[in-house]
Amino acid sequence: MDLKKVDEIIDKYSAEKGSLIGIFQDIQAEWRYLPREAIGRVVERLGIPVTQAYMVATFYKSFSLVPRGEHEIHVCLGTACHLRGGQRLVENFERILKVKAGETTADMKFTLETVNCLGACALAPLVRVDQKNYGKMSGDKIAKIIKEYRPDGEGKTHGEN
Amino acid sequence: MEKIKTPKELEKLRQAILAEQKPERLQVTVCGGTGCLSNGAEQVVAAFAEEMKKQGLNGTVNLKKTGCHGFCERGPLVTIHPQDIFYQRVSEKDTAEIVAQTLIKGKTVERLLYSDPQTEEKISRHDEIPFYKHQVRIALRNNGRIDPTNIRDYIASGGYAALAKALTSMTPDEIIREVEKSGLRGRGGGGFPAGRKWRSCRDAHGDVRYVVCNGDEGDPGAFMDRSIMEGDPHSVIEGMIIGAFAIGSGQGYIYVRNEYPLAVKNLTIALGQAREYGFLGKNLFKSGFDFDVRINRGGGAFVCGESSALMASLEGRAGEPRAKYIHTVERGLNDKPTNLNNVETWANVPVIIDRGADWFASLGTAGSKGTKVFSLVGKVKNTGLVEVPMGITLKDIIYKIGGGILKDRDFKAVQTGGPSGGCIPKSLIDMPVDFDELTKAGSMMGSGGMIVMDDTDCMVDVAKYFTKFLEEESCGKCTPCREGVRRMKEVLTDITEGRGTEGSITMLEELSEAIALGSLCALGSTAPNPVLSTLRYFRDEYEAHIQEKRCPAGVCKELITYSILEDLCNGCHRCFRECPQQAISGEAKKPHQIDPAKCIKCGICYDVCKFDAVAKK
Repeated sequence: MDLKKVDEIIDKYSAEKGSLIGIFQDIQAEWRYLPREAIGRVVERLGIPVTQAYMVATFYKSFSLVPRGEHEIHVCLGTACHLRGGQRLVENFERILKVKAGETTADMKFTLETVNCLGACALAPLVRVDQKNYGKMSGDKIAKIIKEYRPDGEGKTHGEN
Repeated sequence: MEKIKTPKELEKLRQAILAEQKPERLQVTVCGGTGCLSNGAEQVVAAFAEEMKKQGLNGTVNLKKTGCHGFCERGPLVTIHPQDIFYQRVSEKDTAEIVAQTLIKGKTVERLLYSDPQTEEKISRHDEIPFYKHQVRIALRNNGRIDPTNIRDYIASGGYAALAKALTSMTPDEIIREVEKSGLRGRGGGGFPAGRKWRSCRDAHGDVRYVVCNGDEGDPGAFMDRSIMEGDPHSVIEGMIIGAFAIGSGQGYIYVRNEYPLAVKNLTIALGQAREYGFLGKNLFKSGFDFDVRINRGGGAFVCGESSALMASLEGRAGEPRAKYIHTVERGLNDKPTNLNNVETWANVPVIIDRGADWFASLGTAGSKGTKVFSLVGKVKNTGLVEVPMGITLKDIIYKIGGGILKDRDFKAVQTGGPSGGCIPKSLIDMPVDFDELTKAGSMMGSGGMIVMDDTDCMVDVAKYFTKFLEEESCGKCTPCREGVRRMKEVLTDITEGRGTEGSITMLEELSEAIALGSLCALGSTAPNPVLSTLRYFRDEYEAHIQEKRCPAGVCKELITYSILEDLCNGCHRCFRECPQQAISGEAKKPHQIDPAKCIKCGICYDVCKFDAVAKK
């Protein structure tokens, strides 16, 4: 992998030990996960123990040690969304995508995630795909949303893989 | 840009901005809060710009995208000044008419006005809409009025005047005394007196001190801090600078939740502008005081809203809380004295300095002064952000401002305080809302989430929801919290899936006691609250699940079946088409049936039925 890009990110934070989380966030944004080589480089440049790097990488929900899908689906499970059927949405996404929350589809197209609250409770129940919000969601709209991001996947939504 | 050095220069600048903005001029403000943006506010702004040009109003009308107006339910929201006309659910298609009718001819567009659900009367003025009429806005004073990415708007509305006053005419001790006198208590959850915290930090030993703004708003159902950071970032920054001067700190941090990218963006812009105008940097207002602020993003861990965990995260470590026999005001970030306050607390500070502690303390109750922002969500008609004086009753919030329960169903409970809080039942609806009353009722203020529930919400399910939340978010350091909360969730899952036994409730009560006693931080020590408060007020629902294997609200999947009500079903075939299991049968225009053997209870038929003909029992 291109360690030059990792170095650039580290340099942006002046290789400060306290900026570990910020550095990881930028790496995660770039590669959609924390590649092992990149973590190695951060450890080396910041002069921190490997254990600290992995403790941080596994403690925070926004980091992943395995590659993520091209699109991240976040089903909001804030209290307002929960009351308006958020959990049922998760189950329907799981059924249709054939993955469990936290997993990525075999074609690397989608990672399904739940999120504790996106702070847009008037839109409950809410689903966010990448940066786009889908408010007042219901189970019957899921197939359409998936098609928006995977137009060639026709007929795949009900029984794929 | 010449840096502002004296209050006089600031006032001169303010006058110059007012002269250039001409407040008497027509102005269109479009809400740019998350709710409105998701409903197309960005396109509305673009369409307005286009239409104004087309209809010859170029340069004569101000157009502004502001922060959240609060009335998210009705977005996108548009207000026309100076007449204060309030349009709701505006789409880009409506802009031509608004420009032609309202901006050019001065007439209101009736169909876009808010109509009172009870009287069906159309209300044109923003201030007269019940949702806004009963509010008193201090922390949200500029939200919806100013462009958050333009410091000149903030200055024009009197911004940074409190900073000028504090730095040039008050001593640090006077500032702290003023904050103490105001009775301001921390808006993030605990309600600790802000002035006392500031004094302890100032008195702590050490040369280096930090001030921190906690913007890791993690309580599900609360989004006031997000709206303030996005919609009025300078109010937070100004509060922090005043606090830092009083405490003797040279460096501040704002810790923002990872899920709030717009907040990070607007705060970053605001910090840059504040530096440019001389409100951050060296020798501010010639006082010899230096101060700057950095933004750190969180990593998606709820526990980082806890002060010592947040500081660990700021140091680049995993966010685990520590024991607080030594307070963070003495040894916090990098082991230096650190004063942490929440976003809303900081946003209140400039107003207290500007208008005085006595004015602030005249609002609210004996023990809780000022106002509080609540996010009113769940099964309420007017979802949104509301700021009300402390001591207002729950009933006034839910019915007068919130407009009552969705679909006029029966109000069952309101949940406050997030996962640390509890559910308050209908019988306490006349209770005044402040820090102490909520605690007495077995809940807490928390950050101000107020989730309204109706008769279709199951209280055992709600307890399970929060317990599951806390199980996932427990950092794992203290065994009673890590294992105890997990065990509680297992017991609650058993109850909601029909495996509850006579001993289940006792088990929950015993676990609650152990977890509350044996956990270091507030996440653990308050984790039993959702369970205890629902047991206290809704024990009958637990008993129905355990003894009768029945979920009275029709929520718990394992205990309910879906069926179609013959007299309501008109055979539209919609559910038949949508059912992923082909479990629904029936001829067109005749009542349908669900085959329980095939049904997986996905709820899609319930969602798509327009005639309320699908029942969950």
